Amino acid sequence: MSIFNVYLTGVGGQGIGLLSGALGTAIVDVGHKVLGCETHGLAQRGGVVVSHLRVGEGAYAPRVPPGQADLVVSLERLEGLRGAVNMLRPGGRIIFYDAEYQPIAVRMGEAVYPKVSDIEAEVASKGGTVERVFDEDLSDPRMQNVALLARVAALGAIDKITPARLEKAIAASVPAKLLETNLEVYRRNLGL
Amino acid sequence: MSIKQNLTNPEPWAGLAMGNEAVARAMIEVSTRVITTYPGSPVPEIATTLNLIAPEHRDFYFESSTNEKVALEVATGGSLNGHLSTVFFKSVGLNVASDSLIQLSMLELIGGLVVILGDDPGANSSQNEQDNRIWARMSYIPMLEPGSPTEAYQMYKEAAALAKRQRGPVFLRLTTHVCHAREVVQFAAMSGEEPDWTPRFDANNGPYWPIAAAVFPLKRKALQKLQAYEALAEESPLNRVLAPHGVAPVDSKRLGVISAGIPAYSVLENIDQAGATVDLLKLGITYPLPSQKILAFLEAHDEVVILEELERVLEGEIKALAYDNSVKCRILARPDWDQVMGEFDPVRSYKLLAGFWPKAFEPRDFPEPSAEVVPRPPQLCPGCGHRSAFHAVKKAIESDTITVADIGCHSLGSLPPYNMGEVLLCMGHSVSTGAGLAVKNDTRKVVSFLGDSTMFHAALPGIINAIIYNHNVTLVLLDNGTTAMTGHQARHGSGEIGDKIPIIGLLETLGVQKILDVDSYNQRKLIAYVQEANAHEGFAVVIARHPCMLKFTRASRKKSPGLKLPKIAVNPEQAADALPAMEQFGCPTFQRTEDDQVGVSEDLCIGCGSCIMSAAPGTLKIQRPLAPAPASAPSPDGAKSPGAKSPGGVK
Ligand SMILES: Cc1ncc(C[n+]2csc(CCOP(=O)(O)OP(=O)(O)O)c2C)c(N)n1
Repeated sequence: MSIFNVYLTGVGGQGIGLLSGALGTAIVDVGHKVLGCETHGLAQRGGVVVSHLRVGEGAYAPRVPPGQADLVVSLERLEGLRGAVNMLRPGGRIIFYDAEYQPIAVRMGEAVYPKVSDIEAEVASKGGTVERVFDEDLSDPRMQNVALLARVAALGAIDKITPARLEKAIAASVPAKLLETNLEVYRRNLGL
Repeated sequence: MSIKQNLTNPEPWAGLAMGNEAVARAMIEVSTRVITTYPGSPVPEIATTLNLIAPEHRDFYFESSTNEKVALEVATGGSLNGHLSTVFFKSVGLNVASDSLIQLSMLELIGGLVVILGDDPGANSSQNEQDNRIWARMSYIPMLEPGSPTEAYQMYKEAAALAKRQRGPVFLRLTTHVCHAREVVQFAAMSGEEPDWTPRFDANNGPYWPIAAAVFPLKRKALQKLQAYEALAEESPLNRVLAPHGVAPVDSKRLGVISAGIPAYSVLENIDQAGATVDLLKLGITYPLPSQKILAFLEAHDEVVILEELERVLEGEIKALAYDNSVKCRILARPDWDQVMGEFDPVRSYKLLAGFWPKAFEPRDFPEPSAEVVPRPPQLCPGCGHRSAFHAVKKAIESDTITVADIGCHSLGSLPPYNMGEVLLCMGHSVSTGAGLAVKNDTRKVVSFLGDSTMFHAALPGIINAIIYNHNVTLVLLDNGTTAMTGHQARHGSGEIGDKIPIIGLLETLGVQKILDVDSYNQRKLIAYVQEANAHEGFAVVIARHPCMLKFTRASRKKSPGLKLPKIAVNPEQAADALPAMEQFGCPTFQRTEDDQVGVSEDLCIGCGSCIMSAAPGTLKIQRPLAPAPASAPSPDGAKSPGAKSPGGVK
């Protein structure tokens, strides 16, 4: 079986751990082999955080090589663009949550924050597909990850990872107190 | 099955685990008794995992010591008493611990000692990418090198068994992406041994006294043990040949690769994808090397590539071996000097192999980034007291002042927009490097920054030195009450570990003439204090304190989920006055709007109000949520923070 490379990205503090945790668990549950890798340390202070999931036999090294991601999942727009530029393979797919966290150069007026159309143009140049996710009614930004997971499942972006499967994995990862609100957001964003 | 629920499961089980978690389970499985550490990436999650077990339910002793040398010594003592002991820390921690480490192979450590290193090829979270394989050679300590979580788990157990049997130290060298890789790991049953805390130290097991002529019998013993390890390495299945596509010549040449750790897995992936009939000798025990096994591999091949990360350690030793044995095999290795930098992922290893053997690894084009993307360096969190401190110090000092950085979250002060901290060596250097910069320097003032955790780790000798010679340095001690950078481990003397050690009292007792103490949010006072300290001839300390707001806010939210925090609002009549808050104070909460005004990110703002003093009066205001008004955050020493009227919402 060939390798299916998933590259997850976002900004430190956005909760990428839940993305990789829930997806990793679901992927194992459906019987696929998975090898992953996370970022810890310095970058978690508002820098770029990434997580790799390599699905299938034949992946021995834990990180997705540049330009070889079949699927890029991003919690933020600029990081979505970075993922598209550096990691997406030709013909790959990107799903991003349209949150905006400006890096210091933008805040200091030395650089410009990208537009959604910048991601679309980049992905189009690679012959890939792009989906923007945004939930108007989100009560807490720390549930953007759950909204994003819902779209990953609803689009069938990873083999056998159905909405029901992923919901089970989320339930196993989210603290009990917060589960109900999280599942509400998840189900709403399935859009089924 | 998750490690959280199964860490102490007595039965065998399998589940997704990170390298660090797998190692923690291995420690418990084989009944490791004395475990010590000092936090540092990439290994702090070993401690997080061990801490899942409450102290009263542990049949091991675990401490986070004041620094790596202390941690190593405590674990050594445990082993001298007959307990299987383990110490773990990051790569550069070994520099701190090395003065004690270097003796260990000469001593009979009757319980066995495993020294776990978190090396960091690629400098993912360190100030260098030093190759600690060289330390194994210098200290005569054998080394095991896993390349995956499963191997990390297995090799810890093997290292522990060897250390016990040989009554000495053994290195387990993890690297960043072994620590943080995740896969399904098959765990075995617990040994279930009852703890026996009898102190079995016996000087007759020694001598334990390596001084002058007494060194040589001990050194001889260390070298003899190394011989025994080499014999073990010859037998060990950890050093094995993988031939996924069988052994057949390519272009009438028999080809092989020798590698270890993650680079070996990059090569395996390359061999697999190319369908190449190339064999791989994957070394698990990388010191001492199994000479016979390596010679046999060389002799079975016409060409062998040595593919390693960082220094040319395997290359040098294997080439010497081949030379001494007149081996005919052609040995190839990284041709360029810059290849001793950075990690070897499958792209880099493929390029290297294709360069040598284009018939086996057809040259491929690998995608290059198609455009430049605005970088996103890490930054201080909303509400961070360090930001307030850097902002104030910048205003307080002359433009030619020399600023010295140290290691911690506060290292980020060196980045824009603060640019405070122009030289950085390692943890705890700042006072003494600053002292040297101040020598015979009557014109430019020196300001050194230091974190509270780092002060206890390695800076106290430098502080005492500065007091004794009255070096003309202002120390700005950034006291957030915790070890923030590495994940909020309790700081020694904070009250979370042992009793409080009052920092002011400590500095006074040591003899610091000028000590000024202020909450960092109080910009006016902090600026005045820094100027006062700089006017003082000699060593002066300004303590700029505020609790870590990331830790504080997380704790508040955990306590009351759904907590609504107050938010900052920009007074629309003074919109232009808010620009300094965004561009100079630089809290990430402030986001540039399309018309170049200052917007507030509702997601990021914690309503701490630390920004208010960075803009003209009346520009920024706190808007309280409808919920009852929250209380002030406590300062590290328990006092109320004057500038922080509403940082949290926890009583
Ligand atoms: C010798 C050594 N050990 C451990 C580390 C990992 N490390 C980086 S920063 C830090 C502690 C910082 O704590 P503190 O000085 O209180 O600053 P804070 O991050 O809380 O601002 C540690 C332990 C290191 N860089 N070097």
